[in-house]
Amino acid sequence: MIDRWPLFVFAAVMAAIPLIPGMPPFWIVLLDNIGLAALVAMGLVLLTGVGGLTSFGQAAFCGFGAYTTALLSTAYGVSPWLALPASLIVSGVAAVILGLITVRLSGHYLPLGTIAWGIGLYYLFSKLEFIGRNDGISNIPPLSIGGFRMLDPHSIYFVIWTAVLISAVLTMNLLDSRTGRAIRALRRGHIAAEAFGVQTPRAKLLVFIYAAVLAGLSGWLYAHFQRAVTPTPFSAHAGIEYLFIAVVGGAGYVWGGVLGAGIVVILKEILQSYLPYIFGGMAQLETTVFGILLVLLLQLAPSGAWPLLMSWWPFRARRKHPDTALTLPGRVRSPTEPAVLLQIENARKVFGGVIAVNDVSFDVQTREIVALIGPNGAGKSTTFNLITGVLTTTGGAISFLGKHVDNAPPQEIVKVGIARTFQHVKLVPDMTVLENVAIGAHLRGSSGAISSMLRLDRADEARLLAEATRQIERVGLGDQIDQLAGSLSLGQQRIVEIARALCVDPVLLLLDEPAAGLRHMEKQRLAALLRQLRDGGMSVLLVEHDMGFVMDLADRVVVLDFGTKIAEGTPQAIKTNPDVIKAYLGAEA
Amino acid sequence: MNTTIMLFLIQDGITNGAIYALLGLALVLVFAVTRVILIPQGEFVTFGALSYAMLCTGTVPGTVWLALAMGAVAFVLDLFTARRALHLNRIGRSFALNLVFPAAIVAATYLLAGPKTPIAVNIVLALLTVAAIALYLYRLAFQPLAHTSVLVLLIASVGCHLALQGLGLVFFGAEGLRGPPISTAAFTVGTLRFTGQSIAVYAVTIAFIIALWLFFGTTLMGKALRATAVNRLGARLVGIRTTLSGQIAFLLASVIGAISGILIVPITTLYYDTGFLIGLKGFIAAIIGGLVSYPLTAVAALVVGCVEAFSSFYASNFKEVIVFTLIIPVLVLRSLAAPAVEEEGD
Repeated sequence: MIDRWPLFVFAAVMAAIPLIPGMPPFWIVLLDNIGLAALVAMGLVLLTGVGGLTSFGQAAFCGFGAYTTALLSTAYGVSPWLALPASLIVSGVAAVILGLITVRLSGHYLPLGTIAWGIGLYYLFSKLEFIGRNDGISNIPPLSIGGFRMLDPHSIYFVIWTAVLISAVLTMNLLDSRTGRAIRALRRGHIAAEAFGVQTPRAKLLVFIYAAVLAGLSGWLYAHFQRAVTPTPFSAHAGIEYLFIAVVGGAGYVWGGVLGAGIVVILKEILQSYLPYIFGGMAQLETTVFGILLVLLLQLAPSGAWPLLMSWWPFRARRKHPDTALTLPGRVRSPTEPAVLLQIENARKVFGGVIAVNDVSFDVQTREIVALIGPNGAGKSTTFNLITGVLTTTGGAISFLGKHVDNAPPQEIVKVGIARTFQHVKLVPDMTVLENVAIGAHLRGSSGAISSMLRLDRADEARLLAEATRQIERVGLGDQIDQLAGSLSLGQQRIVEIARALCVDPVLLLLDEPAAGLRHMEKQRLAALLRQLRDGGMSVLLVEHDMGFVMDLADRVVVLDFGTKIAEGTPQAIKTNPDVIKAYLGAEA
Repeated sequence: MNTTIMLFLIQDGITNGAIYALLGLALVLVFAVTRVILIPQGEFVTFGALSYAMLCTGTVPGTVWLALAMGAVAFVLDLFTARRALHLNRIGRSFALNLVFPAAIVAATYLLAGPKTPIAVNIVLALLTVAAIALYLYRLAFQPLAHTSVLVLLIASVGCHLALQGLGLVFFGAEGLRGPPISTAAFTVGTLRFTGQSIAVYAVTIAFIIALWLFFGTTLMGKALRATAVNRLGARLVGIRTTLSGQIAFLLASVIGAISGILIVPITTLYYDTGFLIGLKGFIAAIIGGLVSYPLTAVAALVVGCVEAFSSFYASNFKEVIVFTLIIPVLVLRSLAAPAVEEEGD
């Protein structure tokens, strides 16, 4: 999907730099440092910018990588190359342990938690006897291939930048895949992702480990580049610096990490070499000027330097359209159509002292469109959330196709064939319509993170995208397929949500106010689509305020008021029901 | 274990814990109102403490000039943002706040500073200076970023921390300083010796907790600040100036930070970079308190202080490790107790 030629140009330029005659070795050292920082920052891009999990502790993972190889190659004489997997495994295992504790934390707890263990681990590195306390470990052997020992910054440069380029390609491959979409959906909250079967805690842990392994790789390279390790480069300060490398470069972009590393490392170098001349020996001002520039940069470009750079880039990546001839296997359905799909018996939900849903019972039958209506606050969306497992019931039973599904997690609900849309649109605004809709087909693909990184998932991916494309065309948004979801009108975003739900190949479709924000013609088209789905064997349960739309479309209407069911029947019966008129208009109208 | 040692350690822990409690309160306050995780809080501590210590030796600290310089930049920025509608009273207000106020501090410091200046005057001067710096810090660094994500604010906060720490080195040098105690009184109860200074620490902490509780619970401004914390847009729509809320939060935080610094600088030697670590321990307390609850933060801070005191006695090498890993069981409990809540992304 992505044009790869700029990458090859970049690789060629980077490979040529050390070969330029007269290139000062100092510059090569600088580039080595940029590469090392870029590796860590790239992990942070995935973790923080894409996944929304802010970590200040990445330097500690570098420390795990560096100390592992340092210890193995000095005390036990293990070859650095053999120590590499050990370094990566140690950082990965540390990430699993710390991740299991921290990734469940939401919002600001997570960054603060990472600061805390970042500092704790730094002090641990500097106090433990067997890794040399504050003195660290020195005389680490250099990397060598055959008899060639990489002692100078020129030779290890190639190793470092090869690692950077490979990691960048793997990371981009990962992001452009089934797992990648799940990761990208994390930042916008977990409810939407979970409604389509994404195991959000697992996805979070995955990015956490991935970022830690990249940091561990950087630590391994660092140990054999410096040939000595001390605790200082793995302190919380360093962790903070990695984070702002990512933010300065553009935390949402893989290359932002590399660009940020370049900006920050070079800026610090310039400040260190030139500030003393300006301020006459007051070298302390280096951090001050650095801090001020950082704040200024954020004020000028809060989303980082990379998107700014990209807006000047004259080439636009071509998008290849998925081959819609490919199909995914459909849901296995029982040969005899059961009469009742969804059965809700005395469902009850209490929030503190408020009874939001008060012993509501109704059912949805096969090939039926049921509308759930009622004034604001009647408990319609809460009922939806009870059915889809977002909320747990306080009492009563919900069964689907004869099986109890109340209090099952959302990921299980979607597996049995219930797909939903949300009253407040929950799309990932910086993903395209196609990518958003493809999240709906998450459970119908099987490729994991590693096969995505290695591009072994392409057949699976093509089928998922083909299905998503078909559903987008079905709801009539074929022209918007490559637009960012956030750029669509609210009404269109609701339709995108319907396409996403259709990707589940559902038996029952739950639509929460699908017609809100639609124009008259669009509503008619939506009604036609829903009728067509019903005639194709699907059932629809919808919450809607547009009475014209509901009465025209629904086979049956259930009316809630203050959490209690007050009426149920055909649209004709509901229109004349005195209780319903009272609920909507107040006294007898 | 010897009871005397234990009592002594507990006393030490409570004194430190009280300081962490103050800082934790300030962090909760600023985060709630502005969404800024205030890393430079540590610098407010050191700036307050070391300015006070320098004033007590009769020298004028460089921080007063920093306040004036930042005020000048803030004034220029105000002029620039208001360039299309230059109202005289608006400019006048900005002029008074950003230039006259810091200039008055500089003048007062030069007039009053001397080896014989009363301690109370020095304290007031140090507090005013730090308060002014915090006010302009909000104006310069955070007000233009008020609409951005918590992450961007956090990074900006780190930037401010670096900038101020570098300046701290310039102003105060690499040597540590100590200040004179507020009170030299002391008395003993059983085997424990209470100094006037430690009593002052307790009294100020309790006073602040009560004052903040009253402020947020009963005053209109306090309620406005809480409203801003819950929903910035909503607060603006009902006429609360979110900028003003931010300024007040920063002012309160800086005064709390500076007071904490002034309280501990007679007890321990402070260096230009000590603030960061002290501030972080306040963080630990604030996190344990969940960044929302003031009483819980205060209790947590006392626990942090005591754990620190005991671990420095039994395993002094691993003191920091223990204090900072203290948070992990708390985080585990929190994540087990409360399922993660849905957040609308920023």
